[in-house]
Amino acid sequence: MIPAAFAYRRAASVDEALQLLGEADGDARLLAGGHSLLPAMKLRLDRPGTLIDISRIDELSAIKESGDGVCIGAAVTHEHIAACDVVGARAPLVAAAAAVIGDVQVRNKGTIGGSVAHADPAADYPAALLASDAVIHVRGAGGSRQIAAADFFVDLYATALDDGEIVTAVEVPDQGGAGSSYQKFPHPASRFAVCGAAVSVATDGGRCTSARVALNGVATAAFRDVGVEAALQGATLDAATIEAASAKAAEGRELLSDLFADEDYRRHLAKVFVRRALTAAAG
Amino acid sequence: MATAQIGKPVRRVEDQKFITGAGRYTDDIQLPGMTWCAFVRSPHAHAAIESVDTAAAAAAPGVVAVLTGADVEADGLGGLPCAWQVDFNTGEPMNEPPHPVLASDTVRYVGDGVACVIAETLEQAQDAAELVEVSYRELPAVASVPEAVADGAPQIHAEAKGNLAFIWDLGDREATDAACANAAHVTTLEFINQRLIPNAIEPRATLADFDAASGRSTLYTSTQNPHTIRAVMGGVLGLPEHKLRVVGPDVGGGFGSKIFHYPEEAAVTWAARRIGRPVKWTASRTESFMTDAHGRDHVTTADLALDAGGKFLGLRVRTQANMGAYLSLVASAIPTYLYGTLLQGQYTTPAVHVEVTAAFTTTTPVDAYRGAGRPEATYLLERLVDTAAHETGTDPAELRRKNLIPPFDGVTQEGYQTQVAMVYDSGNYEGALDRALEVFDLPAFRAKQAAARAEGKLLGVGFSSYIEACGVAPSKVAGALGARGGFYESSTVRVQPSGKVTVFTGTHSHGQGHVTTFAQVVADELGVPMDDVEIVHGDTDMIPMGNGTAGSRSIAVGGSAIHVGLGKIKEKGAQIAAHLIEASPEDLEYVDGGWKVRGTDRGMSFQEVAAQAYTVHDYPDGVEPGLEFTSFFDPENFTFPFGTHIAVVKIDADTGQVKLKRFVAVDDVGRVINPLIVDGQVHGGITQGVGQALLEGAAYDDAGQLLTGSYMDYAMPRADDVPSYEVDRTETRCPINPLGVKGAGETGTIGSTPAVVNAAVDALWHLGVRDLQMPLTPQRVWRAMHANGGTT
Repeated sequence: MIPAAFAYRRAASVDEALQLLGEADGDARLLAGGHSLLPAMKLRLDRPGTLIDISRIDELSAIKESGDGVCIGAAVTHEHIAACDVVGARAPLVAAAAAVIGDVQVRNKGTIGGSVAHADPAADYPAALLASDAVIHVRGAGGSRQIAAADFFVDLYATALDDGEIVTAVEVPDQGGAGSSYQKFPHPASRFAVCGAAVSVATDGGRCTSARVALNGVATAAFRDVGVEAALQGATLDAATIEAASAKAAEGRELLSDLFADEDYRRHLAKVFVRRALTAAAG
Repeated sequence: MATAQIGKPVRRVEDQKFITGAGRYTDDIQLPGMTWCAFVRSPHAHAAIESVDTAAAAAAPGVVAVLTGADVEADGLGGLPCAWQVDFNTGEPMNEPPHPVLASDTVRYVGDGVACVIAETLEQAQDAAELVEVSYRELPAVASVPEAVADGAPQIHAEAKGNLAFIWDLGDREATDAACANAAHVTTLEFINQRLIPNAIEPRATLADFDAASGRSTLYTSTQNPHTIRAVMGGVLGLPEHKLRVVGPDVGGGFGSKIFHYPEEAAVTWAARRIGRPVKWTASRTESFMTDAHGRDHVTTADLALDAGGKFLGLRVRTQANMGAYLSLVASAIPTYLYGTLLQGQYTTPAVHVEVTAAFTTTTPVDAYRGAGRPEATYLLERLVDTAAHETGTDPAELRRKNLIPPFDGVTQEGYQTQVAMVYDSGNYEGALDRALEVFDLPAFRAKQAAARAEGKLLGVGFSSYIEACGVAPSKVAGALGARGGFYESSTVRVQPSGKVTVFTGTHSHGQGHVTTFAQVVADELGVPMDDVEIVHGDTDMIPMGNGTAGSRSIAVGGSAIHVGLGKIKEKGAQIAAHLIEASPEDLEYVDGGWKVRGTDRGMSFQEVAAQAYTVHDYPDGVEPGLEFTSFFDPENFTFPFGTHIAVVKIDADTGQVKLKRFVAVDDVGRVINPLIVDGQVHGGITQGVGQALLEGAAYDDAGQLLTGSYMDYAMPRADDVPSYEVDRTETRCPINPLGVKGAGETGTIGSTPAVVNAAVDALWHLGVRDLQMPLTPQRVWRAMHANGGTT
């Protein structure tokens, strides 16, 4: 199939993109990498009147270091993030997640802002951003604001973005030497995460002083798994602790169920992949 | 001979073209005044069409015509036929409900065509197609055979009572039942040989042209067999052969799915005649998933009876085969004559009986898909053998060895008469098994497996010793079994005045490398350079007749037809040469690219004789000018490639994920013309078979909606899903064709699937797992491990 007819506008700046969005009055979609949007348009499941291309806006295309973190422009591609030494050093979970998205063609076109705004429950970034305590920078007609990752991913394809707002960047604070790991069980067809576990654990003398554990792929939205985190807090990060903490993964949550993995199996995968991520992070 | 080409690993001469994007596929062809076609398809699995309103679509920008099922009826178009009659075991012919080009009163699967919109551009056609308003009254869906044949099931066709296409059987029922009743051990398994979607990289595409002056239609179509489409579609549209040309240009893969005549081909050809302009349709990938004929889809129960010593006594098979909504072109032959006839396998089992219930459902039609019946047969047989080995505590290789048919060459020893109608041509099954064991080293693996198990790691090995039938087909045999056409092949060998050779073949290459392999045969036989040979296929106006490429028939039947033609060229050339050098033709022999008086240097080169054949200044009396022959070859039997495959899998104890670690394939495809191409066929075939074992599977929901309609859900095997294969061969000449070849297109797909599943079951046997259904998704394997009290 080919998409229904649409108007194409290329924005040179975020302000222009916002202006075009306003003019379209709800009948526009932003085009960055297009890897989720265009397939939907080709199936005519999505038929925006206007596509506003934001993939060539300079201010969205940079990775900037600051004193306490790294700020990744929304239009930076997954491949760029995965290959960037700065992201690798200062936001290792984000780099690790980027490296296992789809395949190389997808990574060459897809962008972090597009993925975050689309909020596919099986995307790889959300768990990494949650476990990194990242902040999503957004801008709308009313100005800019910053939304904590923990508040951003609301539900299936639903975020805290207001109508007319654009994701401009993802800011990841320094991890303070915490060990981290993203472990993923990919769907054999789509290569989306059936289960993805991101963990960031800080230790002092072998004891866990802080743990952030997040999952994507298993529920309608990525989430921080506070049950696992609580089981780690203050404990010695040995195999027994990890096993016991992992057993609490996704406890009490309603999980997704589909042809490939039903709810029980996803719950089992959550435990396995949290354990693997914690083991790798602790090692 | 200095120019010997047969057996050489010649690189494919067509690759440069394809790799550099210079291939010319149907969708690449642009004709002046061309229009585009979009189909309006049923969103329901089963519904009555109450009305079709085309007014808005007809009025949309650029629309040239909107055609519906009512127009199909008004123009008197025929339905799409089935080319193979299978009778009920009670003697009545199978039920063949009509399959219209466009549905007019009832739709029977999601994707069934209701209307087509022809417009100036593709965009306009697709936009207008959305404006066709079809009012449906939904009827209950029936997605599986058990549902379809249940009492009170909704009727899909008035012509098929109980939704039955046929109930067919083969073999000795009483002897088999007796063997199973009296055996020391019976291994019983239930199999779901799941539905697969073919996924050729080039979607189906069609482009029809009409020349009003001559009244001739031309159809360019992504097909495996242009002449078959000409014959079948000619019947649908009432177009005799001289008014219809069918061209199969470069085709990007078929795997069986492009054998069949599809409604879209008839629709665009018909539409082009109505509007007097060319009409093109190319499937979207979504349409490919929905409307390319699917493969497999059997539900089977089978019993293998053994005596106390491990000798097979009987094999009893009960299969339900899903035909989908309509009988596709050769659908009826797949679960019968290409399935039941292979259940003897490589074994001396004295009693075999198979009964197949084939039924209609409200799903995409099912037909031949790489292997076509033979993978289904091999799967159940080889799964039973490995399971019997486990159950009786026997080494799976040794259990096979105990039951193998002894070697026979088919020349000094007779072919092997099976219990299921076939006579095997030649075989050395133990030779292939031994070679596979030699390459594999089973004792070393068992030691490694035990060590891995001690660490809680799950490794398993699986065997598959398969046989298959290729070289479709001896026409008399096929005719006696219900085929409505012959399966010979034709060739025209045209020696040009310059001595260059153009060969026209009725087979069709869509990835098989015929342009290379056939050129090797010609170059080898004539002693001319490969570059002097051109192989032409795919155009009914250029090639006298053909049955295309399917069932690994091309080299065995098409190659043999070429070989016959080359013999005639040599014979006639000898007459010309003998005249010119004043010798007797009987004293000439063909060596080193020319005719020589035996034992002397006196003679003429191939090129010299070719020139004389067209100048004819000094020429033998009574001999026609020219050097060209059209030949037909009809084989006297099928060919029967065979081999043994051994797979090793590792299973992640945490997740149930099965990873293929090693794959040894020892195949015997008869004489090998080009080992590189055969290796390529084997590699591709294995990967397709592994795809079925581990990844692929079409699924419908209860409403008959396809749940696996895109690459987001339907998992195809990729490079990182498989290891590097260890491919080896034995070579047993085929006695029934002059080249000694058996065919190599499907061995990989037929042999590999059970080896992989056997390996997974072997890895888990000690945990109590006795069976696994395909595809071996992690969830399914994990659940089986836990259902049997395995590790957590």
